[in-house]
Amino acid sequence: MSDNPGDALLDAIEPASSAASGEIHQVRGPLSWRSELRRQWGRRRTLWAFGLLLALPLVLVGSFAFGERSSNSRGGASTRIFDLAQSGAANFSLVLVFLASELLLVLLAALFCGDAVPSEASWSSLRYLLIAPVQRARLLTSKLAIGIASTLLATVLLPAWGLLVGGVAYGWDPLTNPLGENLTWGQFLPRLALAMAYIFVTLLPIAAIAFWLGTRSDAPLAAVGGAVLVSILLNILDQLDALDPYRNAFPGHYSRAWQDALAVSPDYTDMVHGALWALVWAVAFTMLAYRRFRRSDILS
Amino acid sequence: MSVRASLIAALVLGSGLTMAPAPSALAAASVGQAADTVAPEVSSVPVGAEPDGTAVRLDVSVWPQSSGKHPVVLLAHGFGGSKDSVTSQANDLHDRGYVVVAWSARGHGQSGGRIHLNDPAYEIADARTLLDLAARRSDVELDAPGDPRAGVMGASYGGALALMLAGSDRRVDGVVSAITWNDLADAFFPQAAVTRAPTTAAGRSPIDGAGPFKQVWATNFFLSALRGGAGGQGGQGAGADRCGRFDPTICRLFVQASETGTASPQLTALLRAHSPKPTMNVVTAPTFLVQGVGDSLFGLDQADATASALAATGAPYAVRWSDGGHDAASTHEAEEVEASYTWLDHYVRDQGARGSALPTAAFTYGTPAGRAGQPTTLHTLTAYPGLSGAALRTRELPLATTSGALVHPPGGQPASLIAVPGLAALGVSLSTYQIAALPGQSAALDTQPLAEAATVVGSPTMRVTVTSDSPDVTLFASVWRVTGGSVTLTNPLVAPLRLAVTPGRPTPVTISLPAATYEMPAGTRWRVLLTSTESTYSNSRSPSAIRISDASAMTLPVATGATVDGAVAGVVDTETILAGSALALLLVAALVGWLVRRRRRLHRPTRPDLADVPLVVEGLVKTYADGHRAVDDVTWRAEKGQVVGLLGPNGAGKTTTMRMVMGLISSDAGSVHVLGEPVSAGSRVLGRVGALIEGPGFLPHLTGRQNLEAYWSATGRAPEDAHIPEALDVAALGGAVDRPVKSYSHGMKQRLGIAQAMLGLPELLILDEPTNGLDPPQIAAMRPILRRYAETGRTVVVSSHLLAEVEMTCTHVVVMHAGRVVTQGPVAELVDSDDTTILDLPERVDHTLVSAAVHALEAADGVTEVRVDTPTRIVVVADRGRAEVVAAAVTAGLPVVGVSSRRHLEEVFLGVISSASAPGVVGEPGDEGASLVERLRQVRAR
Repeated sequence: MSDNPGDALLDAIEPASSAASGEIHQVRGPLSWRSELRRQWGRRRTLWAFGLLLALPLVLVGSFAFGERSSNSRGGASTRIFDLAQSGAANFSLVLVFLASELLLVLLAALFCGDAVPSEASWSSLRYLLIAPVQRARLLTSKLAIGIASTLLATVLLPAWGLLVGGVAYGWDPLTNPLGENLTWGQFLPRLALAMAYIFVTLLPIAAIAFWLGTRSDAPLAAVGGAVLVSILLNILDQLDALDPYRNAFPGHYSRAWQDALAVSPDYTDMVHGALWALVWAVAFTMLAYRRFRRSDILS
Repeated sequence: MSVRASLIAALVLGSGLTMAPAPSALAAASVGQAADTVAPEVSSVPVGAEPDGTAVRLDVSVWPQSSGKHPVVLLAHGFGGSKDSVTSQANDLHDRGYVVVAWSARGHGQSGGRIHLNDPAYEIADARTLLDLAARRSDVELDAPGDPRAGVMGASYGGALALMLAGSDRRVDGVVSAITWNDLADAFFPQAAVTRAPTTAAGRSPIDGAGPFKQVWATNFFLSALRGGAGGQGGQGAGADRCGRFDPTICRLFVQASETGTASPQLTALLRAHSPKPTMNVVTAPTFLVQGVGDSLFGLDQADATASALAATGAPYAVRWSDGGHDAASTHEAEEVEASYTWLDHYVRDQGARGSALPTAAFTYGTPAGRAGQPTTLHTLTAYPGLSGAALRTRELPLATTSGALVHPPGGQPASLIAVPGLAALGVSLSTYQIAALPGQSAALDTQPLAEAATVVGSPTMRVTVTSDSPDVTLFASVWRVTGGSVTLTNPLVAPLRLAVTPGRPTPVTISLPAATYEMPAGTRWRVLLTSTESTYSNSRSPSAIRISDASAMTLPVATGATVDGAVAGVVDTETILAGSALALLLVAALVGWLVRRRRRLHRPTRPDLADVPLVVEGLVKTYADGHRAVDDVTWRAEKGQVVGLLGPNGAGKTTTMRMVMGLISSDAGSVHVLGEPVSAGSRVLGRVGALIEGPGFLPHLTGRQNLEAYWSATGRAPEDAHIPEALDVAALGGAVDRPVKSYSHGMKQRLGIAQAMLGLPELLILDEPTNGLDPPQIAAMRPILRRYAETGRTVVVSSHLLAEVEMTCTHVVVMHAGRVVTQGPVAELVDSDDTTILDLPERVDHTLVSAAVHALEAADGVTEVRVDTPTRIVVVADRGRAEVVAAAVTAGLPVVGVSSRRHLEEVFLGVISSASAPGVVGEPGDEGASLVERLRQVRAR
């Protein structure tokens, strides 16, 4: 009989009645950061996202090398930016950030934060987490924390990797910008860190919107796509002068203010505004997400 | 953008010199404002006649004060505008307690007469007439009989009028003059070749001889008057007149200058006379000067000259350099207007003493913002550099390139494009170096890189030696910044110079470069670009070759003012406060919500009396949002050691009940207690429950083993409590445990799901349809596991619609239908029944015999129902004892070979369900039961 499935389990069971019953021995809180990290990090989408991020500077370097042969004729404003990118590590990483901050990082933030909950729902594993049991709020907190941490990692990785690739490809020259403002490495690195911190904060509203949509939908695509759509719509509305000054409050209105941090004499006013509004939206949508998820019936 | 920018400029400064759309837009604005402010008294005031004797009346508006005596402000408009251009300022000043007089100047708006360009005999005399008018008003405060307490304010054309009125009429007590000229001849024929190094920030003492003609501006000026004339009624020389409303003499001289590109002596004399300069030496009224860097028409040197004159007379004065002007809107307009009002308030309304502290900084300038479109950073100094005892600080910047050569092209074409009026207002920031430094027509003099950053405030100067093959040399100097490979224009301004030289002989000259504020970071170089042509100027048509040599070091006027956190900081703060308080509010709301929920959670009572019962479901009700009542007052319990089957057709509410038991969905009423603890979402007691609900759910990219580990890790419980190997043994996946779950079959996932439910050997195991996807041997293998699991004193709840399965596995059963519990109890009791007897017949029995016997038996006393279940099995329901039933059957002729009391669960099930579905019991339509039975038969056929 011992080859029957289940025998080992039944052998392991002590009669329940004998134990003074079920003192559950917790060694950690439910859905600890570590266990959530393991759930998200092995995923194909995470690896792809970071792979893409790491490939971007290499693609840039490659295309610059390729383009050198054909284009020495005309120098428009856009080519000047790319000429500038090739003048050293600092410029290269800055151009990289400039290119990626508009869409790539937004997309990644929406992916990391928007996909976490609905993907569990779509695999039906969400209900098993909840009956493990993991408190609703705890589940959201873990998912959000790891999503935000992944976003942060992407935000840090982008310029750091850009500096490394740029340095190897174009040398370790400090920043020169077209307005004629040069920063030494000692000035540039803290400013870059500040700019990245600011970019990270401005990503939070989109992350929070994606997260909130994720608690409303079981389809990961709906959450990520919805958040990106919202971001695009807001960008369009932001173009309308008629909405001035109300558009200042839009998430994304100050999305380029990080460039202020890299001026020789930085003006942080816009960054302060941008960061505050970003936090307002991030907190608001995070609250909506918690409110929604705490009360919702899990039917997935 | 340009329309908006110029509109703002016109609104604030009342200029409208080149701003075509301004008058109509302003007229609309004034209509809107008239509703909530005092309506001006409109009158037609006779003034001095034209040179040809034509009588002239001015269109005048007076904003009166209702009571008391008030100071008066004469509000002059810009060139091409009318009294309507200044309505909003008039309202502001009226609110501050002034009687405001606004009028359309001669040749403008609805006033008669012709434009004499601020002729002291006409426009200025008109303004004096208006002062007389004000002195006669009952609401105007007088300093002396016929001498009203009066201020005068204006921009551009109106600004010059303000200065000239103060120079011709002692009754003026305060002046605000913005973006205007000191010497109109110098403004239209600017000469940047100077006799000596300047002693003031933007000072320029030009050599004799007019500079090149500022053709584009002059034409704009001319055209704006033509446009103004077309709309007005003052058409004495009606019809299409190429002079429009200009005075014929002025018109003729202008046209002549445009043709020749040089200033005739008459024109120079006329322009100089129509300027504040001749009368500035008598101005003693406190004067506030606003001049713009963004102004290629009236540069900072014009205000510098006015300020120097004021310093000489000892009049209180203050200078403010705006970043706006005729080319661009200021980024600090509101503050500039406010400072102007403050100036008038102090000296005119409040009669501030001449020796009292200035109401504003003596000198205010802005340094460019880091990014386009941002307000400049304001700085103040306690005195204007070089005046009132303040020294002019300078720095030397040596050159790296000291010579160059250029030609003036024949015909003057193509011309360099540098100081394009309005380009900055359009927000154009493209590199213009290629169209400025035309090959062969320019010489670039580069400095050494700056060792340390410098803020240059004023007009840099340098000396060069010019050698030419023609006696008339024209050069345009502009200042560029060189960084790496890129060259950018610092300000869209040029310093033009026109020299009379002896051909072939080197002539030294000192160049006063455009006055502005320049922010020069360390490491950058400056480039002084000398071009032979400039598109906004009238260029000579004859060719020449010019050599530049021996360029000296640049002399830079520098300043370090105190930084101002002006009203813009206040605007900034408003937004910061707004956003900050919104954020704070949200955080407080989140905190309060969290605290409230925490309290509420603590208030759920436990039930000690149920501590020994693994699961108690009491009065559960769930109605979905669409109104469907899925579960209606469901009550049952599962005791230790039991295997409870939850039976019911699809849609009976089994899964909904299970989800409520696990806290996945909230109940509308009723309660669930597990071991005495109430269950809600995420209750800790759920850790003592293992469940498989509506199919398994796994992370597809992880293997079976990793999935169980990940699940257990999510519970946060000790790994040794999990018994993962034993659970995997239940799943019997073999080598597949280490393959990703996405490669699993449905049955494999199902078994892994059951194994996951068993992790940690929970006291209550809830399995929803566990046999889905399992093949018969696997089902058979699962059966003893569940039985023996329960025998350890734990509890198993299985939901299913497979009746045979439940019958074979479960000890107890709860039957649900349409959201209600229709029956429940031990399986043995349910299938065991006193009134039912089952008779087994032998094989190969004669059917006709049997059916005859059945009919006979049905007729027997006390028999209520006889049913032929299978050919060898007959079910008899009777209210008599079993022995009597058997006897009756034998009597009826049935060959009975076996007797039992057990029904199949299916019979019970169909029986209770059909009775529950009967009308009146559940309240559902009667045919529901029939179709239900039909459905169940189909289930059985599977």
